[in-house]
Amino acid sequence: MLPIEQFPVLVVAISLLSALTILLAGWINKKSCFFISLATITFQFILSIFILHHVLTVGTIHYWLGGWRPPWGIEYVVDALNAYVLIIILFLSLLAAIYSKRSVEHEIDEKKLVTFYTLFQLLVTGLAGVVVTGDLFNMYVLLEVCSLAAYALIAVAGGRALKASYNYLVMGAIGVCFYLLGIAFLYSVTGTLNMGDMRLLLPALYGNKGVQLAFVFMFIGLGIKAAFFPLHTWQPDAYTYAPSAITVIISTAMAKASIYALIRIIFSVFTVDFITLFAPIADIISWVAAIAMIFGSILAIAQFNLKRMLAYSSIANIGYIMLGVGLSTSTTLGLTPALMHILNHALMKGCLFMAACGFIYKADLRDIRDLVGLARRMPYTCFAFLLAALSMIGFPPSVGFVTKLYLIFAALDAGKYIFIAVIFFSTLLMIVYFWHVIEIMYIRVEEGGEKEISVTEVPRSMFIPGLVLAFLCFIVGIIWLIGTPMPLMDAINSGLGLGVVP
Amino acid sequence: MIEWIAQHIVAKYNFWIAIVIMLTGLYATIAKGNLLKKLIGLTIFQTSIFLFYISLSDVGTLAGLGLHYGTAPIVWEEGIHKGYMYVNPLPHVLMLTGIVVSAATTAVGLALVVRLYEEYGTLEEERIMEKEMEIERRGT
Repeated sequence: MLPIEQFPVLVVAISLLSALTILLAGWINKKSCFFISLATITFQFILSIFILHHVLTVGTIHYWLGGWRPPWGIEYVVDALNAYVLIIILFLSLLAAIYSKRSVEHEIDEKKLVTFYTLFQLLVTGLAGVVVTGDLFNMYVLLEVCSLAAYALIAVAGGRALKASYNYLVMGAIGVCFYLLGIAFLYSVTGTLNMGDMRLLLPALYGNKGVQLAFVFMFIGLGIKAAFFPLHTWQPDAYTYAPSAITVIISTAMAKASIYALIRIIFSVFTVDFITLFAPIADIISWVAAIAMIFGSILAIAQFNLKRMLAYSSIANIGYIMLGVGLSTSTTLGLTPALMHILNHALMKGCLFMAACGFIYKADLRDIRDLVGLARRMPYTCFAFLLAALSMIGFPPSVGFVTKLYLIFAALDAGKYIFIAVIFFSTLLMIVYFWHVIEIMYIRVEEGGEKEISVTEVPRSMFIPGLVLAFLCFIVGIIWLIGTPMPLMDAINSGLGLGVVP
Repeated sequence: MIEWIAQHIVAKYNFWIAIVIMLTGLYATIAKGNLLKKLIGLTIFQTSIFLFYISLSDVGTLAGLGLHYGTAPIVWEEGIHKGYMYVNPLPHVLMLTGIVVSAATTAVGLALVVRLYEEYGTLEEERIMEKEMEIERRGT
């Protein structure tokens, strides 16, 4: 019999210890760092599968750190929402770790290898911690753990990454400070930091100006971390100039952890009652998300740098997730479309960034216009890119199609038809910029042929994670359509009091 | 009027000071062109939040300027009988963690500033952007 109640804390503690072990082992053998990191993340991923299974069969896991009862001590709570996001984050961290092996050897000075993997492991610690914690202040600390690791890891690339990392640091620090200020207001009126306890104490105080101000501070603070339009300004530079493996992990796992924190604050600390009672918060979120979807896509069309194009596409996709959040209060589907897109976007964008970084790895190809005829040279990487791009556009039965379908259902259900038009328009823009890349890669032939680059395929450890994600884009899409994970979605929605509104 | 000022401004002076410091820091972070000054602004901003938290824990009043402070949060029997108020220890503990985090952020920020100076030879944001544009133009 496994002590599954202990697993949430193990996911964080083992990772933290492993970060220190990597630092020590690096003195003896630099090669061991990668394998320790990989083994730890694999182990964490296996633990997260057990956690999800336990949550679905037995129920929410509560772990009291040090045995102190919740309102006084720190509590780790894992319910259906946490378990779902935890598994996504650890799976993508695992693939990013596999991907990092060769790309890091290529991009980063050998002397920095030890610190790189230490920080990488700390980043994973922070991400896992943000997701399992049930304490507001603990979440602040863990957000800072993963943010600080991310700032340093982006800057490892040197050159223009330094300025990108600096901008991210200033924006991120202000965001997290806003979140901290929000906690101060909530603590001053309730005297507790535990999320579950807060949820019980807050309803009587919803009219309090301090509580309303706290919501605004926390929303803006976490919105900056999640790169929600118009708070995204740090994001394109950070994604563009970061080292390959780091781009993959921050664009998938880290963006999703921030979105998770946002959803947790909106629906679990505050409730649906709060966001519908005082101001049309859900409507505001939907409208801003709609602007983000169009704005991100239009700017993506204007880019020549492939990674930057994908970064702007990420802003549009964060818009999709937030549109799901905004519509959730007025439809019986609840958060389902938003939660779907958290997984779907992680799969698609992970694959696309892996391919884009593969081109840079092989021939330093950053510009879309240089990719002419690449599909003949790097068939596997380009095929992965093609599948993920098709999925992004919404080719049935891919994950992108499923998200769009469910978002349209949600908008129909809510009676907000304008958002259907927005989804179609944004899809049209996506077709423009993804087709542009695919056309250059697959169809266009350079006149004379001497300008065509002659490169070979990237190493196996770099294209296999991409291909796995590309195939998952379609397999997961079919699984969504069959409806296997719907009990999980229902469990999450009922846990947050959603999906019952007529 | 005087009563209102006494009640809302003088009695809560520490909150007002926290807000003034907070806005000073935020202004410096946004408006200054020098990267080091931005970082100083950020640190000021973070510090003001610590002051805000510490102010929350205080139970002292200015009752007619005969100041009453909360005592240290130590429970001893005589104190309870005399009805001493003690300050809330939790915000202090939280801010110890907060100070560590803030110091770490500043450290990473300073390390970045040092590397940026090595790379570009200046810390003025405009100059750095100009040089980046130059590199971009040369690159393509």
